[in-house]
Order: sequence, then structure tokens, then C-alpha cells
Amino acid sequence: MPAGNDGMLSPYRVLDLTDEKGLMCGKLMGDMGADVIKIERPGGDPARNIGPFYQDEEDPEKSLFWFAVNTSKRGITLDIEKEEGRDIFRRLVKTADFVVESFPAGYMAGLELGYDDLEKINPGIILVSITPYGQSGPYRDNRASDLILWATGGGPCMRSFGDHDRPPYRISQHPQTYFHAGTEAVVGALVALYHRANSGEGQHVDVSIQECMSFFPVGDWDLNRRLRPRGASGLPVTVRHIWPCKDGYVMWRYTGGPNAVRHSVPLVNWMAEEGMADDWLKAFDWQNFSHFTTTQETIDRMEEQTIKFFMTHTKAEMMAGAIKYRIMLYPVAAANDMAESPQLAARDFWANIRHPDLGATVRYPGKWANASETPPQISRRAPLIGEHNQELYEGELGMSAETLARLSQQGAV
Amino acid sequence: MSKKPLEGIKVADFTWVWTGPTSTKVLADFGATVLRIESKVRPDVWRIQPPFKDDVPGPNRGAVFNSQNTSKMSCSVNLGLPQGKEIAKRFVAWADIVADNFAGGAMERMGLGYEVLRAIKPDIIMLSSSLMGQTGPWHDSPGYGDQLTAVSGISQISGWPDRIPGEVGFYTDYIAPRFNALTILAALDHRRRTGKGQYLDIAQHQGSLKFVAPLMLDYHVNGRVAGRMGNRDSRACPSGVFRCRGEDKWCALAISTDDEWRAFCAAVGGPAWCRDERFVTFQGRKDNEDELEPLVTAWMVDQVDREAMQTLQEAGVCAGVVNTPEDHMENDPQLLYRQFFPWRDHPELGRYRPPRQPCVLSKTPCEIERAPLYGEHNEYAFKEILGMTDDEIAELVIAGVIQ
Repeated sequence: MPAGNDGMLSPYRVLDLTDEKGLMCGKLMGDMGADVIKIERPGGDPARNIGPFYQDEEDPEKSLFWFAVNTSKRGITLDIEKEEGRDIFRRLVKTADFVVESFPAGYMAGLELGYDDLEKINPGIILVSITPYGQSGPYRDNRASDLILWATGGGPCMRSFGDHDRPPYRISQHPQTYFHAGTEAVVGALVALYHRANSGEGQHVDVSIQECMSFFPVGDWDLNRRLRPRGASGLPVTVRHIWPCKDGYVMWRYTGGPNAVRHSVPLVNWMAEEGMADDWLKAFDWQNFSHFTTTQETIDRMEEQTIKFFMTHTKAEMMAGAIKYRIMLYPVAAANDMAESPQLAARDFWANIRHPDLGATVRYPGKWANASETPPQISRRAPLIGEHNQELYEGELGMSAETLARLSQQGAV
Repeated sequence: MSKKPLEGIKVADFTWVWTGPTSTKVLADFGATVLRIESKVRPDVWRIQPPFKDDVPGPNRGAVFNSQNTSKMSCSVNLGLPQGKEIAKRFVAWADIVADNFAGGAMERMGLGYEVLRAIKPDIIMLSSSLMGQTGPWHDSPGYGDQLTAVSGISQISGWPDRIPGEVGFYTDYIAPRFNALTILAALDHRRRTGKGQYLDIAQHQGSLKFVAPLMLDYHVNGRVAGRMGNRDSRACPSGVFRCRGEDKWCALAISTDDEWRAFCAAVGGPAWCRDERFVTFQGRKDNEDELEPLVTAWMVDQVDREAMQTLQEAGVCAGVVNTPEDHMENDPQLLYRQFFPWRDHPELGRYRPPRQPCVLSKTPCEIERAPLYGEHNEYAFKEILGMTDDEIAELVIAGVIQ
């Protein structure tokens, strides 16, 4: 059972059938105290093959991706394609509040486990379905991946940045589109929960990853039929946004007008204190500076000095100076910078989670919010394959050990 | 039974710019009564910043304001004046939820901190969403979404391995509203069960870090600092965004299995380069990715983006057009079918198409409403909610408290 913390969602049970497209949903609900049961096919979910891996050992019990998006969940194995598996699933549905899944549209209905079927078993059940394009429509059966959903969903966003001598790019490393959808699915689930509290009825929540990614403002097209060409900054001069510093990069823009006193001026003052601003820069008229009226020569001259200054400071020093002098400048953080962040430490952000099977404690990104009554928190590490089979099947459903062994042998569990 | 699941929930909305309003848009679109408390003295950035309809400025003509503030009401109060603060407190007494996304510490400084509001309404749920949270050495450090994106490790993992970290715009602005909304909704349920409100001090930085959690584990466990890969992917090859015929037209392609590769080869007409034995297996394609990509590029550059997508999808290959805003609103058959941008009438825009919520609820699929005009609901707010008389309102207008 989940740790006895009174989380915001403690009374609720979630049956989590998702693959990598939806794992984040159950994770966040679990972090908020729900009893989340990750249901995997016997042998384990394919998402366990996603790297990186603990000590680079490619093992389904050592996927750091799996660890990250399955915190606060228990885990059982079950094959819902087998009749016995479906019977067990239906028993579990009776005890649950949410079922979250990311199978192709129509798959659950094909197993007689669609919303209409589940509603008959448990009228209050809330089925949350996460798919690339939604439960219906011309793209319903399209093949999709994170990159493709960046394109078809996040296209307006993706094409708005990046060097225009190369293609638009997605964010590397992790499937951001799936994380967006999984997080958004919690919103839909909890709205449905609120309705259920008033009405007693559950419902089907249909989450399209493409729609979750369609967050970029498109109003200039809607109102003015105007499309900004890719790579157009809208400025007549070329200015840096990302600058080199001693051990990496910082993000910084010079601004003029009334804002300058809060941004450009304090930076130049700091540079001057360290003898790295020449008289021209020290006397610069920021009030009347504008990217629309300045010259490239002016930009280049201020940038040249600024780079020299940045190159004498590390990201950490630049951040400390930004705080001290109140400059709106931030480092381009890499993993090590965030790990060492004094702000995240002060916020008690990192959660040290035990992995007894690895003989290790692993440091996780923890709560996203401080809450005066019930802050979210990671209650346990991600489950091993079938880790809670006995606890759930024997302990809760009252199966005998023999039955469990037989079902396991038959591949239903 | 109402089709609006959050009907009856009342929100005193002090949010502005992007992340805050996008969060309360969720509540409003699902039926909550969300009252924006706005001020001419310190107007919402998106009421005064372009793009405007026909490039004619006006507080009700902004594209971004109108898309992110659907289904809400608006009243105008000068919070800078003591009487304005008192009115704000009266709205809190009416509300279930109070929301702001000012820089850390701001509500406190305005005399509207949680302890003050809780004394007015013991079970109030207060959300303060700021870049870094309300506490810590960086708590009152100002910044926009692009800077948060940089300091949250996103820029570092974006763009090309042979170039400096890539721009990804205001990316964390799109993560934050989800965490805001789900936390409010969870707190709402908690309150429904226990009668207790609470203060939700959300750091957008912390929510953003959840989206890079695996690489943080990689650092903590393996000491590895993740970098950028363009559009490449350890699990797909070829994986990229390829130029198509015309101006700025692109199609994304991601081939994960050998079956998919064979399907791709058939779909593109089985050219010789497809039969190259180096490319038969996934590992072979990966090892020779530098040679393979230009071949795909050369094929794709002659294709019409949407046709390439259709041909490849029909063959069972993972492909998709990089949609432009125009594509989103006019050409994408799926978004059109799903009516993601429903038409709404608007007194100053004529008609426009704000986005609805991505989650479609089968029994309570509520319809969104247009965004409010500035101060449009003053009468409702001051007379109906606060019970003021016409004389009281007139005095407050003269004093500049109501604008």
C-alpha cells in the first residue's frame, strides 16, 4: 500500500495500462498520493528497454527512463488479451477509480474493455485514453512517434525557432510530447473526478497528443492571415541570445528604454566594477537604445566586450551575479548545474529514493509544488516486473498461491 | 445534469501574461466562474502587445489575450490603491480559488499573502505560480519563459551537436499551466473531502525538471551530462525533419523497425540506394546514418509535404508534416475533424478561433466561450458578487479604484 501520507489523491486507485506515451499520468497521480497500479504484460513493458540505464547496464529492471516516470506506483503483470486476464482486470476495475491507457484507439473496446463495458462494471470509472491523434478522425490509425507529434502537433512551435539553414528540431533525449500528454491527462482525469463527485458518474477522457502539443499561439494567422517566415527574428539586426561563458553558455539580451535600468544597466555596472567595460559602454544611452534603430556595428561592439566578460565567469558565478545585481540573466543549465543549484536545494526539491535491489539510493527530481497541507511527494521507487503480484492477487483478491502459479504459467499473469 | 463539470467553482484570478491565464483558462473552459481582476494601471501584457487584429491596437484586439482567456469574466480594479486591495479581498471571500503568477513574494508584498487570505476565507485554495517558487535564494528573480527554458536544462538538449545550445522559445511556458491546473484540481478534490484549503506554491522550474527527469537520474547515477542530437534518436533511424517542395515545407520521418524500413523503401519506389545492404538492419542504418540522411533528404526535397506524409502513412511508415499555424487552422484534417479551434463571435474581432482544451470528456464536453472585454463584467462583479450599490460603484470610479 502507498506510504501513509495524506496526499491530495489518497483515496483513489488508478489502473495504469499505459506505455511510454502515457506513463507520466499515473506517475503524477501517484506522487499526489493515489494508489497507482502499473499493469504490464508478463515479461514487462517495452518502455523498460528505453535508456539511459543504471550504470549503463541494459536491463529491464535498470532503465532510468522507467524509474523516472513510474515513481509512486506498484506493479503487477497481467495479460488482458487472455480471457482469464480480462476477468481479473474486470475485478480490479470494480475496485478502481481511474483506468489510464494508451493503446491504439479501439483496442480496449475490441477486448470488451472499452468505456461502455467498464461503465457497466463500475459506473463511476473514469477511463483516460491517451493516443497520438484521439479516439476518432482521419489520423486515428496513423503511426506516430515523439518526433512526428512535434511536427503535426508542435509544428507551429518547432518552426518558430532554430537556425534557418537547417531543419526545425525537436527537443532531444526524451519524448516531450508524451510527457505533455501524460501531464495533461491528469487534468482531464481530475476534471472528470470533480464531475463524478457531483453526479456519481464516470466518463471517458479522450486525450490527443497532437492537441496537447498544439499550444503555440496561432492567433496572428487566425486574425491577420499572417505567417512569420521561419528564421525571421523580426529585428533588423542580428543579436545574440545565447552567449559563451567560461564553462558553458548563458542566456542574455540587452534591452533599452525603461526596462534597461533593470537589466542592461546593472550588467554594465558589474562589468565596469571588474574593469571590463570601456568608456563607450559605460556611457551608453540605454534609454534610447532600441533593436529597431540601432546599428549592427553598435551591437557587435557591445557584444565583443560582453563576451570577454562572460568568458571570465562560470555559469554559477554568472547566476550568482545575476541575483546579486538583479540582472535578468540565466545560465544555459546542463544536468550538473541543476544538480548543484542552490535554489533547488533550498526548495528541498531532490528526493533520495531507496532502491534496495540495487543496493543504492538514487536522487530524483521530486515535488513540483510546496503545498501547505498535502505536498506531492514520491512515495516509492518504480516497481520491478510483477513486484506486487503476490501482494495484490493473493493479498487483496484472495487468490491462492496455486492459482497464481497456474495463471503465471499460462501467461495470464 | 450540467455539461460543465466545474460549474459553481469560483476563481479570483490575478494571473497575467501567459502561464497564469492559460492555467485559469482550463478551469474556465470546464465551467468554473473565473473572474479576472485587471487593472489599466498595470495591464496584462497581452492586452497591450501585438499582434492585434488588423494591427490596430486595443485592449480587446490582441491575438494572444483572446486565445488564452476564453470563458472568463473581467472586472477592473486598481490593486495599487488601498481600496482596490480591499475589493480584492472581498473577491477572495467570494472565491474558492485564488490564482496568481507574479514573481515570488509579490502577493505578500501587496498585502494579499496566504495568511491574510486564509483569515478571510479559511478554506481558500491559493495558487502562486512563479519561476522559482516563493522561497529560496532565487525566489524573486524575474524572468520569462525563454530564460526559464534555459535554466531548466532544455536549451542544453536542443539543437545541433555541432552548434551552440538551441533556441526553443518560451517552452517551459507550455509545461507550467498543466502543473498549475492539475495541482489546483487535486487540491479542490482534497478540499471537497476534508474541508481544507491550502497554499500551492508552485515553482515552474521544478515542474519543468520533471520533463527532464531521466537525464537527471543519468547524471546522478552515471555522471553523464546529456547533450543535443538534432532530430536523431537512439531508437529510430532515419530520424529527422526533411525539406519538401516549396518554401519552408518540412516532413518529419522516424523509422524504428526493419519492417518499417522495407515499407519505406517500397513506398518511395524501391530506388537502388534503398537496397544498399548497409541499410538493411537497424544497426546498419545507425552506423551509416551520415550516409543515409542525405539520400532521404534528396528524395524528400522533391515531394509535396502532405503527399509524402500520406504516401508514407499508407505504407505503414511513421511520418508527419511540420504544421504551420495556417496548417493547424486550415489544412490539418485531424484538427479540423476534432474542431480543436472552434469559431467564436467577438464584438471587436468579428469571429475568431481560440483553442479548446486538449482533453475531451465524453459526458461533459463543455463548449468554450470567447474571452472577455476589458472590464466587461464590472456590473456583475461589483453588483451581483459584492452587492455594491450604484452610488458605491460611482464613488469608486471617481476615486480611480474601479476603472
